[in-house]
Amino acid sequence: MTQNMILNDFSITVGTPNGSGSSTANTTLLRALFKMGIPVSGKNLFPSNIQGLPTWFTIRVSGEGFTSRREEQEIMVAMNPASFLQDLAQVSPGGAFFYADDIKLPINRDDISIYPMPVKQLVRSDPDIPSNLRDLVANMVYVGILAEMLGIDQEKIEMALQFHFKNKPKPVSLNMSMVRAGAAWAAANLTKSDPYRVEALNKTDGLIMTEGNVAAALGSIYGGVQFVGWYPITPASSLAESLNEYLPQLRQSPDGKNTFAVVQAEDELAAIGMCVGAGWSGLRAMTATSGPGMSLMTEYAGLAYFAEVPLVIWDVQRMGPSTGLPTRTSQGDLAFVANMGHGDIDSLILLPGSIQECFEFGWRSFDIAERIQTPVYVLIDLDFGMNQWMSAPFLYPDTPMDRGKILWEEGIEKSGSSWGRYKDVDGDGIPFRTVPGNTHPLSAYFTRGTGHTPEARYSEAPDVWTANMARLQQKYESAKEYLPKPIVQTASGANFGILAYGSTDPAVEEARFKLERDHNLPSDYLRLRAIPFANEVGEFIAAHERIYVVELNRDGQLKQLLTIKYPEYATRLVSIAFNDGLPPTARWIRTAILEKEEN
Amino acid sequence: MSQPLPMAGASAQENTVGLSKNDYRGNPTTLCQGCGHNSISNQIIAACFEANVRPEKIIKFSGIGCSSKSPTYFLNRSFGFNSLHGRMPSLATGALFGDHHLKGLGVSGDGDSASIGMGQFKHAMRRNVNMVYIVENNGVYGLTKGQFSATADKGLQLKKQGINMYLPVDICMEALASRATFVARLFAGNAKQVKEVLKAALSHNGIAVLDIISPCVTFNNQESSYYSYSFGKEKEDPLHDISFHQASEGPQSTVSYVPNKPEITLEADMIDGEIREVALHDGSTIILKALDKDYDPTNRLEALRTLDEAAANNWLVTGLLYISPESPSLTDLYNLVETPLNRLTEKELRPAPETIKTINDLMF
Repeated sequence: MTQNMILNDFSITVGTPNGSGSSTANTTLLRALFKMGIPVSGKNLFPSNIQGLPTWFTIRVSGEGFTSRREEQEIMVAMNPASFLQDLAQVSPGGAFFYADDIKLPINRDDISIYPMPVKQLVRSDPDIPSNLRDLVANMVYVGILAEMLGIDQEKIEMALQFHFKNKPKPVSLNMSMVRAGAAWAAANLTKSDPYRVEALNKTDGLIMTEGNVAAALGSIYGGVQFVGWYPITPASSLAESLNEYLPQLRQSPDGKNTFAVVQAEDELAAIGMCVGAGWSGLRAMTATSGPGMSLMTEYAGLAYFAEVPLVIWDVQRMGPSTGLPTRTSQGDLAFVANMGHGDIDSLILLPGSIQECFEFGWRSFDIAERIQTPVYVLIDLDFGMNQWMSAPFLYPDTPMDRGKILWEEGIEKSGSSWGRYKDVDGDGIPFRTVPGNTHPLSAYFTRGTGHTPEARYSEAPDVWTANMARLQQKYESAKEYLPKPIVQTASGANFGILAYGSTDPAVEEARFKLERDHNLPSDYLRLRAIPFANEVGEFIAAHERIYVVELNRDGQLKQLLTIKYPEYATRLVSIAFNDGLPPTARWIRTAILEKEEN
Repeated sequence: MSQPLPMAGASAQENTVGLSKNDYRGNPTTLCQGCGHNSISNQIIAACFEANVRPEKIIKFSGIGCSSKSPTYFLNRSFGFNSLHGRMPSLATGALFGDHHLKGLGVSGDGDSASIGMGQFKHAMRRNVNMVYIVENNGVYGLTKGQFSATADKGLQLKKQGINMYLPVDICMEALASRATFVARLFAGNAKQVKEVLKAALSHNGIAVLDIISPCVTFNNQESSYYSYSFGKEKEDPLHDISFHQASEGPQSTVSYVPNKPEITLEADMIDGEIREVALHDGSTIILKALDKDYDPTNRLEALRTLDEAAANNWLVTGLLYISPESPSLTDLYNLVETPLNRLTEKELRPAPETIKTINDLMF
């Protein structure tokens, strides 16, 4: 063992062929480290493919608590001949390279530690493993070897496997026996020559580990979601699937009847159509999709905006345009969603910046949608949606449900014939609505996407049209009161501000920390959580001479929207926009800001 | 029928739910004079009145087009949603979950259902959405001034459009292929038949597709056209005389058979020579008096064969082509609480506070 040990601060990358069952092994490693109290993050960098193409899983181990992706790869596990040479080349100098020894390719580096792993041999030598399971269990060999070589607690590995296999003893013991075999072989045959080790901490106490899509689904359930119309699409499918998984547990009446319905539609046109119907008829309705689905949903979204129908649309963004990179992350839909529909459209957009917020905005989005009577878009991305994140626990909703301005029989009886679906009674632009099933003879109205009067009658009159559009604009202003405010952090001596949102937050935080520590460049930071922009956004921009707007797309879409909203400050906004499909690194943000600060 | 038809203007007359025919009316039509669609609107008013359906128990739906404008011309006391072109079925599917005790009444057209909306049309059949799905079929786009629709006859010649080169889509065949549970072809000019089938369709649990040939007097009323009044009047070939007996009206006076079992029954054999009865989910009965053919409306293949034969012979076959009264409708499949979902409150919709710990514990 070397003298200069590096504890709890490195990244592990595992390269495997897609579909080889490595995700169990990789998440087991991640969870075991998490259970050791060490802050971790895991990123699955996978191809759009079911079987065969190279896939990587990177785990960042960070005693300091940083969870953004790093480019450095100190520990590499090479299980895939197709990516072997590339994987070998990627190992940081001084790092460690573990490889399945049945891969016979030249190893041409002497600046790293090289560890062969007799994966096939160990799997074949265990008579208890059925031959059809050998390939799946084989991945546990590297789990065991890494456990031995890095110091990962085998007991925690077993806990992770028990969680993964829902306490089924047979798969747990089968996999665990391979972990032990790997660890024992490493203890007997490998001599450690790299400096990387882990040591238990207590920095994950009280935290949970989950995916944004699961958090979003659970939050929606606590928000009382009643109708889900959806169509499968990466990376949003697991959101709807999580609803399917948890709704029956959480939302059946005492006599076992459902208070919800989930319909897998024939396409996204129908998925949102069903949600518009359900939202219109008084249900808390939602759908989850990604960019291509958003394109298809645009027509109905415009109708829902104009007819004032509440619904919630989750856009788990992937790389566009077009089919793009279906399994890679992006924040590329923002400008599109901000104007989702033809004609004059204002979209309410929520931007969760943590897994906890995915849960919170899950329930809150319904309150906002029903209060404002309009579609609410919640934008996350593949990185949040599909990767495992440490998170503070989900918090039970701290405000009662807001069902908005809805009138049932008594309400209509009181209003009498003065009721009109699109009348602005309260001066906030938000009218009262009724829903089907209301038995009062005056409750019904005819909903349409054509011009309509405050009484919901067809009209082509110019003044009726402009008055209605002005009211919709006013409603959009009224919405600000109900939207999550941005989170602003200040640092003394800050000369510039950073403005970002969503899954870039961990990388931004790390970049800020290091800019201050290593370069004496403290910064203020506004994390945007909703559009339309709260007044605090304008104030933040006004208070800084330079504001770096960090986002994952080519064009700097948020910067564009800010420029339109605050043209007087346009020259203060500096775009730091980049997207190659991978989750952002703190280094990218730090370097980009340094370059601009030094010029 | 036990309810005598009210005289024109005799709006004081009430049905068994205490409503007059005026309570079923809508706004004045803005379609062309003589449009088949107007006649259908009138029969919807009559059928709902005679079937003693409360307007509040119906949700009207439509897509885009001349036909889709018509829901404002009837049932003003019903909620209605004029949705997007070809996208009515999905909207109706979601809306009917709001209160699963309500019945949908959708009006679409041949452009709306057979062209832009073919996908949603067929998936609504497959899901057996609990609605009457009327296609006011005139073989032409009226609102955009006379282009061919997907149901237009091959060889049809229209001003400005030339000659239609393509074979027509047959709405009823599409519905049958997609496993619709109630399929009828009707002619708007045969008002009584339209009304009786409408009443039966309102009693059917699930989707009832009514392909109603509804001539366009402005753009497609040439004598030779399948969709013209003159063709319908001359070539209509009804399969049977249809009358409908609603369970809530009490025992039938004319036919001895009354369903006495709670479950759906369908008599496979002719009961009284030419009379066939089909019992619906709510105990109502459709009575079919066979005309010149012995027709079994529970045989899907026979329905398809009949349509094919009619097309080959240039007949306009009308009547109830197919019914499967026992299939569960969409919301039946969802094990829903009895209370309409849209009347549930926070108490039923938000899991109890103590559950949050369990959920957090599940997150590793």
